[in-house]
Amino acid sequence: MDAILLQILNGLDKGSAYALIALGLTLIFGTLGVVNFAHGALFMIGAFCAVAMNRLLSLSFETIDPTRQDFLGNPLKVQTHYVEAWFGPEIGNAIVDWAVPVSLLLTVPIMVLVGFAMERGLIRFFYKRPHADQILVTFGLAIVIQEVIKYYFGANPIPTPAPSMFRGSFDFGVLIGFEPNAIIYPYWRLVYFCFAAVVIGAVFAFLQFTTFGMVVRAGMADRETVGLLGIDIDKRFTVMFGIAAAVAGVAGAMYAPINSPNYHMGMDFLVLSFVVVVVGGMGSLPGAVAAGFLLGVLEGIASMKEVIDLIPGINQVIIYLVAIVVLLTRPRGLMGRKGVMED
Amino acid sequence: MRGLERKDFILLAFVTAIALLAPIILNPFPADSPLAQFNAGYPDLMQRFAIYGIFAVGFNILFGLTGYLSFGHAAFLGIGSYAAVWMFKLLTMNVLPAVLLSVLLSGAFALIIGFISLRRSGIYFSILTLAFAQMSYALAYSVLTPITNGETGLQLSLNDPRVLDPVNTSGSLPFPSLFGIKMNAVAEIEALGRVYQFPAGYYFCAVIFLIAFYLSMRIFRSPFGLMLRAVKTNQTRMAYTGLNPRPYTLAAFVISGMYAGLAGGLLAAMDPLAGAERMQWTASGEVVLMTILGGVGTLLGPILGAGFIKYFENIFSKINDNVLHQWFSFLPDGMEDFVVTILHPFVGKGWHLTLGVLFMLVVIFLPGGLIEGFQRIGRLFRRRPKAGKDDPEHHPKPAPHVAE
Repeated sequence: MDAILLQILNGLDKGSAYALIALGLTLIFGTLGVVNFAHGALFMIGAFCAVAMNRLLSLSFETIDPTRQDFLGNPLKVQTHYVEAWFGPEIGNAIVDWAVPVSLLLTVPIMVLVGFAMERGLIRFFYKRPHADQILVTFGLAIVIQEVIKYYFGANPIPTPAPSMFRGSFDFGVLIGFEPNAIIYPYWRLVYFCFAAVVIGAVFAFLQFTTFGMVVRAGMADRETVGLLGIDIDKRFTVMFGIAAAVAGVAGAMYAPINSPNYHMGMDFLVLSFVVVVVGGMGSLPGAVAAGFLLGVLEGIASMKEVIDLIPGINQVIIYLVAIVVLLTRPRGLMGRKGVMED
Repeated sequence: MRGLERKDFILLAFVTAIALLAPIILNPFPADSPLAQFNAGYPDLMQRFAIYGIFAVGFNILFGLTGYLSFGHAAFLGIGSYAAVWMFKLLTMNVLPAVLLSVLLSGAFALIIGFISLRRSGIYFSILTLAFAQMSYALAYSVLTPITNGETGLQLSLNDPRVLDPVNTSGSLPFPSLFGIKMNAVAEIEALGRVYQFPAGYYFCAVIFLIAFYLSMRIFRSPFGLMLRAVKTNQTRMAYTGLNPRPYTLAAFVISGMYAGLAGGLLAAMDPLAGAERMQWTASGEVVLMTILGGVGTLLGPILGAGFIKYFENIFSKINDNVLHQWFSFLPDGMEDFVVTILHPFVGKGWHLTLGVLFMLVVIFLPGGLIEGFQRIGRLFRRRPKAGKDDPEHHPKPAPHVAE
């Protein structure tokens, strides 16, 4: 029992990432009708925003401390972070330590801008072209983004630590009545899960409870009529693209401590997120989120030793198997609307 | 002319001539000239041209004719490679059985995968094929290690049975051959003060490539090819005329899968090892790039695309900053450094960046690929037909709108 629970928990953080990316993908598909193969690249840009922030905050200058000496007997050179000099050592250190959460301040505006630029500069010209063309051009864009990141940050994964408060693990099982040491769970994964829940909640609340969100939902249902009512729906859809990009970006930034960012993480996540979207139902936001968590958890359960002993290799392919079964038996996805891309 | 129309026959003859004379045509610069680095006429690269040409031509039969965009064709390439290497290990080092088995095996896999995937169309089909390919990749890396040798890749070893071959006593690994002709053998002929190399392996690939090209040409011109085009144009209408599109698409899928398997088998025949990374989805993406870049749905396009990508992959990755400085040394100093800095990310290891940008430009501005580009250039030079010559009486007139 506790083993299963542990794997479910392990699946949740990956599931959160899937859910966040799939949510963005679905937002874009539902509003603009565009299949965005560059969404994984947006996730990756987010992760590298965290890396950049980490480096930016760690910028330091060198002073010579004449009172102390290093082991060679020369005056000791002391590295001081700029932020420490500006805000005092305590606050400064805390800021450096919290680089990943702080990076969200950078990630959101950058991602919104990137989203706007992408939609206005490229995707806009592809609304009238077939889905295959959209896939191809965004696929090309994904390659370009990936290579640019590789050029500036190198090909190796860059470890990006979580705040020291959340490093390490804690005994989750004790909290819910299991024996000690049965379920050990890293703090940051729990943080990530909660963060994902908040972001997902915020997006849904935004769509459900604001006038802007109402108009967008109306536009998703019937774009033409909304346009006829005198609403500039294109502008709002552009904003939604920016929001979707930001969701992918913050998902990537917060994921950096779990999985050190490298230049092909975008592609790795993209393939799986697309599978998630299809399983959830093309164009269904709750479907995307539910399928994200579901597949994450299934992946977790499939990596249990007992399951692998039973069916070797199942952990590698479970997601694809589920996708194949779902597509063949229920093509519109688990929660897809009837008639949306059902052929 | 072998069931071909005159125009096609000329095209085939043209491609044949180029393929057979490639070692001469692709080596325009003498070995000691500074431009020699642009020569493409060495065996390894020429073999790649032919093999990826086959891959792209096969992919084009599916994507170009039926419009089904498969993102998982590399799986068949990988299956073909594994099958060929197993043939080398178990049976004989002769390439024919190896290539044959890789075609048959990948055809069988294509039948299964196609049967399932083709129940959906559009983006779902793309994702299903992608899922299958990723699944094969993941399995080849993990569970199937006894068959695929996992991360190391499948290789020949001295202890392999090779039941049909004489016992190997040389102590070194045998090399794939065709009835005694080693695939890495090279015939050197001196002419016009130059030494030209004619590698056996390349000619084996080239002949198979020509057969494959001829077959694809026949398919393009056949009633079956027309059916496939009908699938792309309007499936609903096709169904209403009483034709079931699925067997046709499935046949196209299997054929293109066999082409991919053939390419994989040839890759293994030229260099007898097979790794799972051949099945990764980036490899599937590459063949999509080739086909689109050259021109989807045209006979010559995919070959052009494959040649283009493989050539520039080799050449661009060789260019480094020193070469760039040499090229732009005519510019003033500051300018030179500036230009080199600008170009630096695009060459050497940054070749994929160039490819990505190029691919985007083609998709945006030239949906017909290089072929369309050539046609447009050709049209510029040709005299335009006069617009006034058309008979105005025999043109459909726009019907006036009811409300007007």
